[in-house]
Amino acid sequence: MKQYKNVIAAYTIMILLIISVGVLQSWSIALTILNYCLISAVMTIGANIQWGYAGLINFGIMGYTALGGLAAVLVNTPPVKEAWKAGGMEMIISLILIILGVYLIQFILRKLVKSKKRNYLIALIIIIGFLVVRYISGPAIENIEAVDPAKTGFLGGLGLPIIFSWIVGGLFAAGIAFVVGKIALGLRADYLAIATLLIAEIIVSVIKHEDWLSRGVKNVIGLKRPVPYEVDLQNTSWFINLVEKFHSKKLQLISSLSEKQDILNQLVIDASSVYVKLCLAGLFLTVVIILLILTQKALYSPWGRKMRAIRDNEVAANAMGKNVVKEHLLIFILGSAIVGIAGAMMVTNDGLFTPGSYRPMRYTFVIWVMVIVGGTGNNFGAILGGFVVWFLWVEAAPIALFFINFFTSHLEETNSFKAHLIESAAYFRFLLVGIGLLIIMRYRPKGLIPEKINIKKI
Amino acid sequence: MEFINAIILLLNYTIIPALTYGSQLALGAIFVTLVYGILRFANFATGDMMSFGTMIAVLLTFYFQSLGISFGFLPTALLTIPFAIIGMIFYMLFIDKFVFSYYRIKKSPPVQLAMVSVGVMFVTQAIIRIIIGPFDRRFFDGEKFILKATEFKEMTGLNEGLTIKSTQAITILVTIVLVSIMFWFLNRTKTGTSMRAYSDNEDLALLSGIDPKRVVLITWIIAGVLATIGGVLYGLDKSYRPFVYFNNMLPIFAAAIVGGIGNPFGAFLGGYVIAFAEILVTYAYKKFFTYILPDFLEPDSLIQLLSTDYKFAVSFSILVIVLLFRPSGIFKGKTL
Repeated sequence: MKQYKNVIAAYTIMILLIISVGVLQSWSIALTILNYCLISAVMTIGANIQWGYAGLINFGIMGYTALGGLAAVLVNTPPVKEAWKAGGMEMIISLILIILGVYLIQFILRKLVKSKKRNYLIALIIIIGFLVVRYISGPAIENIEAVDPAKTGFLGGLGLPIIFSWIVGGLFAAGIAFVVGKIALGLRADYLAIATLLIAEIIVSVIKHEDWLSRGVKNVIGLKRPVPYEVDLQNTSWFINLVEKFHSKKLQLISSLSEKQDILNQLVIDASSVYVKLCLAGLFLTVVIILLILTQKALYSPWGRKMRAIRDNEVAANAMGKNVVKEHLLIFILGSAIVGIAGAMMVTNDGLFTPGSYRPMRYTFVIWVMVIVGGTGNNFGAILGGFVVWFLWVEAAPIALFFINFFTSHLEETNSFKAHLIESAAYFRFLLVGIGLLIIMRYRPKGLIPEKINIKKI
Repeated sequence: MEFINAIILLLNYTIIPALTYGSQLALGAIFVTLVYGILRFANFATGDMMSFGTMIAVLLTFYFQSLGISFGFLPTALLTIPFAIIGMIFYMLFIDKFVFSYYRIKKSPPVQLAMVSVGVMFVTQAIIRIIIGPFDRRFFDGEKFILKATEFKEMTGLNEGLTIKSTQAITILVTIVLVSIMFWFLNRTKTGTSMRAYSDNEDLALLSGIDPKRVVLITWIIAGVLATIGGVLYGLDKSYRPFVYFNNMLPIFAAAIVGGIGNPFGAFLGGYVIAFAEILVTYAYKKFFTYILPDFLEPDSLIQLLSTDYKFAVSFSILVIVLLFRPSGIFKGKTL
């Protein structure tokens, strides 16, 4: 029990902080922060099993998050029949051709001896394949994008509940991670970081510009939620009764009937938004807990010990007969899949998909700061990091504003220096997070909750 | 005549812009490669350091303009570069003293230093945005064109015009001068040789009496010069916007790795490789082919390999291909 004291204390402080936001600002804001904290926690679990368990740097988190978001769109939006008629067949043929091409290349790689001729042959196949696919899909893409471009202009999805996309997002990310891992995993640590970051940029730019797939920068809005809508709740009698019961003391004090009704309406509106966010938080928390249990089990299993051995000394682990390359690929896929799940959860939470918003700052570097601040190799630490850093990221502006006002209180309101500072209060989040990272790296390099390995004594 | 028209067309729309963009990338790539070779870490704050130097130049330019100082037909920003460089070097040395030196002395693994540089990136970005804001700023003044399309057409009687912006000429000229001086310094002077020795084998270099502090100091000074000039040239040519500079870090990294990281000459050429690839692959060749092909073969599509949206993706794909087939870069850098 004693060894968990720090963990419990840290989480208690974190929860108290969120509650204090609820009391000081509003419960709706507090729950929004909590939801994003939970999503960030899923991402940090993914990044942590790559970096903490296996020592792999994956700066491509942004790409897998975007893939998760794409999955949400493809699962949830209803199919667009006209678009399928306009060019669906051609797109399917192109897809089959691409798959055939990949198989052909694999076949050549396996059957022919390594030579210059083989390289030329593969290059030829890629170039011809590219031109053929362009020739077939080009007009089809134009036709699809011409179908009611203001509203659809894409093939649409399956029209299934968005919850399924969490799994599909994980699978998408895993599939791409397999390819990326095959390409990049042989590289040394810092090259791997750069390569994964750049590949993620490629993924995002494809999602951004292939309008027939996901409407690209035109964004997809109105994805259906897995939880009730505020408007529906406000007209449901059991919900109104619940709110009335909850606030009965307060309502009793008011005598006028019409005034009472007005206040009740306002309370119902507030409560409906809180209720929806609570439902989402419940779903997210379930995912976090399931992942936490699984990753903890994995960490203390023989497999987890093997991963740590590989991380700490690759050569020795290799000499003991562990297949380092295979294990690296496996954990790269697993971690990326978890990030993909988080990406789908994020789109579920927002109800919209905006490919333009996937930027390395927010979706790669901030997540990495979370893992490092929280504690590498320790899942509780990583989750805490997600909470702390996200909380700082959101609350930095109000905190900065408070301090600016405090320190410049002797200046007049019209002072240009003060006005400039107040205007740029939003950017103090970068400063806060950056300095936080630097301090942690210097004075507590293992993070807030460091990794603990119990070695049993005989 | 048709043939010359086609050549001028290519020059105007691909070669000159690619040379300009390549020069800007090359300066950044040499900066990355020097830091990687001598200080031994991938500097994720590259883009923002360039942005910081440019910010000083932009602010000074506005100040000079308000004083009424100008540089004739050249942009005022060129006058401010020396001051910006000094500011930049001080900032870099300050960061090195309080952040990087601790890990260098402790001999931390490169990964840790790279993470620290992410922290520096955040802080630098915050400082820039707090001081100058995230907005787009143009600070170019002076003569805009050296050669206008209409003048060129009148001069030669060709159909196609050739435009040379003064920023393009300045960029290419400054890059050539700067890079020549730097290679002369690295290859011919004693200090430069000691830096290369330190980069090749730190222990041997220390044994032979090279002062590591001096090497680090000079590296940061050169880095400051490269970062500031590269940043200002980019800003003059396009415009200054902090977010764009952060994003430029990615093609710069690609250039440094493609050229063989740790190898300054490779990085220099890598910049042009990336720039030419980006522009040549995304250029629409329709007009070019209408000039050189006989009438009955005239193309009706754009003949564009990839749409311009994929500009960045092209350079990153090249990086992936290079990493797959020649992991040490085109011009042998440090082995991976």
